Amino acid sequence: MLKLVGGGGGQHWACSVAGTGLGGKEAAFEVARPGDQREAGCGGPGWGSSGIPDSAPGAGMLPAGAAGRARGGQSTEERGEPVGEGEERRARHPPAPALRLLNRKPQGGSEEIKTPENDLQRGRLNRGPRAAAPAPGMGDRGGRPEHSATHAPGAPADTGAAAVNGLLHNGFHPPPVQPPRLCNRGPAGSGEAAPPRLPLLPELQPQPPPPQHDSPAKKCRLRRRMDSGRKNRPPFPWFGMDIGGTLVKLVYFEPKDITAEEEQEEVENLKSIRKYLTSNTAYGKTGIRDVHLELKNLTMCGRKGNLHFIRFPSCAMHRFIQMGSEKNFSSLHTTLCATGGGAFKFEKDFRMIADLQLHKLDELDCLIQGLLYVDSVGFNGKPECYYFENPTNPELCQKKPYCLDNPYPMLLVNMGSGVSILAVYSKDNYKRVTGTSLGGGTFLGLCCLLTGCETFEEALEMAAKGDSTNVDKLVKDIYGGDYERFGLQGSAVASSFGNMMSKEKRDSISKEDLARATLVTITNNIGSIARMCALNENIDRVVFVGNFLRINMVSMKLLAYAMDFWSKGQLKALFLEHEGYFGAVGALLELFKMTDDQ
Amino acid sequence: MAECGASGSGSSGDSLDKSITLPPDEIFRNLENAKRFAIDIGGSLTKLAYYSTVQHKVARVRSFDYSGKDAEQDHEPPYEVSVQEEVTARLHFVKFENTYIEACLDFIKDHLVSTETKVIQATGGGAYRFKDLIEEKLQLRVDKEDVMTCLIKGCNFVLKNIPHEAFVYQKDSDPEFRFQTNHPNIFPYLLVNIGSGVSIVKVETEDRFEWVGGSSIGGGTFWGLGALLTKTKKFDELLHLASKGQHRNVDMLVQDIYGGAHQTLGLGGSLIASSFGKSAMADREFSKEDMAKSLLHMISNDIGQLACLYARLHGLDRVYFGGFFIRGHPVTMRTITYSINFFSKGEVQALFLRHEGYLGAIGAFLKGAEQDNPNQYSWGENYAGSSGLMSSSPELCPTQRARSGTFDLLEMDRLERPLVNLPLLLDPSSYVPDTVDLTDDAPARKYWLTCFEEALDGVVKRAVASQPGSADAAERAEKFRQKYWGKLQTLRHQPFAYGTLTVRSLLDTREHCLNEFNFPDPYSKVKQKENGVALKCFPRVIRCLDALGWEERQLALVKGLLAGNVFDWGAKAVSDVLESDPQFGFEEAKMKLQERPWLVDSYSKWLQRLKGPPHKCALIFADNSGVDVILGVFPFVRELLSRGTEVILACNSGPALNDVTYCESLIVAERIAAMDPVIHSALREERLLLTQTGSSSPCLDLSRLDKGLAVLVRERGADLVVIEGMGRAVHTNYHAALRCESLKLAVIKNSWLAERLGGRLFSVIFKYEVPAK
Repeated sequence: MLKLVGGGGGQHWACSVAGTGLGGKEAAFEVARPGDQREAGCGGPGWGSSGIPDSAPGAGMLPAGAAGRARGGQSTEERGEPVGEGEERRARHPPAPALRLLNRKPQGGSEEIKTPENDLQRGRLNRGPRAAAPAPGMGDRGGRPEHSATHAPGAPADTGAAAVNGLLHNGFHPPPVQPPRLCNRGPAGSGEAAPPRLPLLPELQPQPPPPQHDSPAKKCRLRRRMDSGRKNRPPFPWFGMDIGGTLVKLVYFEPKDITAEEEQEEVENLKSIRKYLTSNTAYGKTGIRDVHLELKNLTMCGRKGNLHFIRFPSCAMHRFIQMGSEKNFSSLHTTLCATGGGAFKFEKDFRMIADLQLHKLDELDCLIQGLLYVDSVGFNGKPECYYFENPTNPELCQKKPYCLDNPYPMLLVNMGSGVSILAVYSKDNYKRVTGTSLGGGTFLGLCCLLTGCETFEEALEMAAKGDSTNVDKLVKDIYGGDYERFGLQGSAVASSFGNMMSKEKRDSISKEDLARATLVTITNNIGSIARMCALNENIDRVVFVGNFLRINMVSMKLLAYAMDFWSKGQLKALFLEHEGYFGAVGALLELFKMTDDQ
Repeated sequence: MAECGASGSGSSGDSLDKSITLPPDEIFRNLENAKRFAIDIGGSLTKLAYYSTVQHKVARVRSFDYSGKDAEQDHEPPYEVSVQEEVTARLHFVKFENTYIEACLDFIKDHLVSTETKVIQATGGGAYRFKDLIEEKLQLRVDKEDVMTCLIKGCNFVLKNIPHEAFVYQKDSDPEFRFQTNHPNIFPYLLVNIGSGVSIVKVETEDRFEWVGGSSIGGGTFWGLGALLTKTKKFDELLHLASKGQHRNVDMLVQDIYGGAHQTLGLGGSLIASSFGKSAMADREFSKEDMAKSLLHMISNDIGQLACLYARLHGLDRVYFGGFFIRGHPVTMRTITYSINFFSKGEVQALFLRHEGYLGAIGAFLKGAEQDNPNQYSWGENYAGSSGLMSSSPELCPTQRARSGTFDLLEMDRLERPLVNLPLLLDPSSYVPDTVDLTDDAPARKYWLTCFEEALDGVVKRAVASQPGSADAAERAEKFRQKYWGKLQTLRHQPFAYGTLTVRSLLDTREHCLNEFNFPDPYSKVKQKENGVALKCFPRVIRCLDALGWEERQLALVKGLLAGNVFDWGAKAVSDVLESDPQFGFEEAKMKLQERPWLVDSYSKWLQRLKGPPHKCALIFADNSGVDVILGVFPFVRELLSRGTEVILACNSGPALNDVTYCESLIVAERIAAMDPVIHSALREERLLLTQTGSSSPCLDLSRLDKGLAVLVRERGADLVVIEGMGRAVHTNYHAALRCESLKLAVIKNSWLAERLGGRLFSVIFKYEVPAK
């Protein structure tokens, strides 16, 4: 139990996300924000265990302490996050989704209290208020006691009130304290040392709601909902889809906690989908499962399983829909949550051909929610977010984990076929700053035209071998050296493809050089626009995501270099392991949310 | 030497590359006196700048010695007119393709007479490549100048000295070019130079500027990548391809991703989501045109976006674009403008420059000429010697291109004195001298162009007649006719060629062309005669006026002013009368005038004002010689003086039509003073001051006036401005808002204009304005 608190961080966050955006009824709980709790619960141990009062749950100690070490290690590399940012994040953080989810439960009947899940939560309940107590220790974070005066009083009081309210209003426990995200980042061992999660599955006791006056279809759906474990959970299969201009990103949650009983009840085509997706890593000619990205032992919406990341070209969309039709996907009565432009473009096809109703979602909302979620659960115990240390020194430049606990404000640069740039101020306060049409699609498109290659992988492979300076005109090619009047180095690119103005050079250039130049041109341009946006928006963290970065170390290092060099170290380029899949994850999260809404 | 210049292909032509279609002496004009050189060698074009002196004829007037002579003696001209040689400074700028550089250098070497030139300032990327060649051919030391410094110096120079230098490009309007009136304070601004790469510079003062950023995606990218994609070698050809292509075949649009014309992210469906996004699909062929178009959009949008980001970061809303990517290419100006509008949501204005191609050469020249302080002078574009905007653009003017080859010229005359704003302008930054923009107003444009064409014969005849002793007058006059006719034809097709087309610019161009062929003052003899006749009438007119009662006299004075203004050789309706009826006089002119109420009539208000306290000082802009100034203006001046108002009488510095020049006004005033004690004492006591406007135009630009005049206006505290004549008060300044009282009066001597204004020939404009408190 105690271990679980630390190790099972992901699953509760999953629940909490699933509850995002519910109606105002839960307003009473809004004071208790996951952010607060996270800090209350983990901030203490993570940052200054010396300051933790006795009331600190021993539960948190072990893993959190481990995380603390990890973090401590990081903090020497990172710029210290000012404590003040904690406050900002709290202030902006949206209402606690975890609380909302919990708040819904009473509808299901009082016996639910007895479920193991609720037992767990009761256990947490005890921890809730207690967890709040250590919060004053927050003031000691980073050894800046002066902040404790301003922050500490607010945070625990809020949490406490929420807990009390929670009990007063409906007799339920306040939400589980969000285990420190840092825990996930701790040594891999902490993640793996969490097997006790399994026995806690509450799904095993489905609560049969009495569907009395419903249509057969609805009855069926309700029954299926029960199949997936319990009310308020969408029926399996759980998909999230992001249909972009070039690639379709699909995330699939494979429940691993299926009981024999469940397995028996599992309809045949649902089973076949599960088996097909999980036993293959390639689908058809073009579908690929990014096995290395798989998130294992994840608890989503109360179910435990693995999250799979699959992609295939958007041009295969029709085949996909056709398949959905042939496999009679519609009989599963699942809701297909989809985002990206294709959700709109193919909606009719899904309906007409496969009898599937798409639930269309805003792609930027999904992107942000998905990103925050994946970052929060971590990457199988490893950090999701990273940066490059010494970006301006190729010898010393190396990938380092980055803690995105206080992500706001961030400039989010999503590089797909095209590029969107968002300024994100909180979970649901963001704006699209600008975008550029020079994106991954441009790189691939131009590479195909220039080199005759056909795939992104091919293009990147060529680019990796090429030398862009044969193609580009450098400052020194024009001025013979540095352009001192403007402080430009001779090695800076003055004109992308500038050397190609000359016929002789065009005739002697290699495809690899052309591919490299295309990559460098597109990447630098995105970097340049992102940097200007960061300056204009006064944001110093730039998070680069999107499939343009897939297997694309050249671009990542270039971006890291460009941010650092041109800003004289003021800007930091951050990257995420699941670079292109956040939209799809966000769509999946919406599935839970909408089910919960019903 | 102008004659030599136009004499066709001389022997010198042989030394040039055969592909040069024009005689080089028409291009490298005034080379004999060339003193200082600067060269800007770009990727494909070379721009040569040199300073030269132009010797040309000017009409001088000199007073006879009248002491002891009887002024009343008949048939005696009031003063002497002589034609003298005068040397003025001129800047020549020539643009030609790099392929001609060697031939051009040879030509320059052969014709360079001046030995004092030792150095040539060089800038541009090519300056490095051609350094040895230049040094060998010209025997001049090459001094390399920083490219951006030159560019910015050049930019400041043209923005300050050439009205209507900057324009916005509007795709769907006719014409596409919208010129901006020069802002009195040109700083700060952002200059985005799109050469092979892009440089973004913030210019804060004459000497202070900062490179704020740049991009490697520029003209070189378009050219280089375009050449790879389309196998088309030349930049111009690529642009031509682009102008025929459909980018949506290559680009992935928002609607390609979203399907239909779905609106998303607040973006329209036709927006480009991913440039070249469709070309990743194998088994598809893309046309050269489509790829070129897509590339053009990609690069223009990108540059526009960055420019907006930089403009926003630095809080600037004026962004000037230059560089070979822009130069004379409506296609790129269109896409850049579109991009700027899109990304800035209209907050930033994309501005282009008429002489953008010369900025580097101008700047390099100015760098080399620093000891001469070129910046302390005012300069004026010589319309006669300059090619118009887009003259070499094959897209806009295919015929023109064939005619002028790929050469382009700019000539700027150094003006005698610096020009400044009239201090009395209400808002110098919004002052627009011209009343009608003929680029906008197609019917008016057609009318006036035709009008000037029809008047050309008369002007030619007058020019020949003005130089009876000259053997080649007829030949020169014919060349003048061809030149001006050519300009008018250019303007018919490209009304934007020299900035906003106005009646003023048409008149000025004619004056420049006349000067070009050594007809400095075709009306000198006419003016001389008319001044003589009018002077004789002066005492009688004064006697008549003095006999009137006060109120009657005020009206008579105004009528006199107006009647005098009928004597305008610039107006065809009048010149016809004057030609056919030599006896046509002051009284006849009064008969022609419209009766009150006039077309615009605020006389009562004026009379009311006159009953009040006298003005402190009146600034009067006189119009024509002869009856106008002597019998119209001077009696009016005399009355003002009698009221205790000081008068500044401002006349043109140089001749234009039969307008009275400053020199003539001095003699006229002297002669009148001899007859009239009021004028006499006022001159002596400096209550009547004669000054020059700094202009040689029949019109009046109150933002470019002689600095001395501005000083006087300030010193004397002028509180009344009187502007007389059609050219100064109707074609220009009709809407000019001043900070003091103003009187604009004119007789409409053109039936078309009269009709437009709702009146008839010889309608009267009497516009008395008092600024709102």
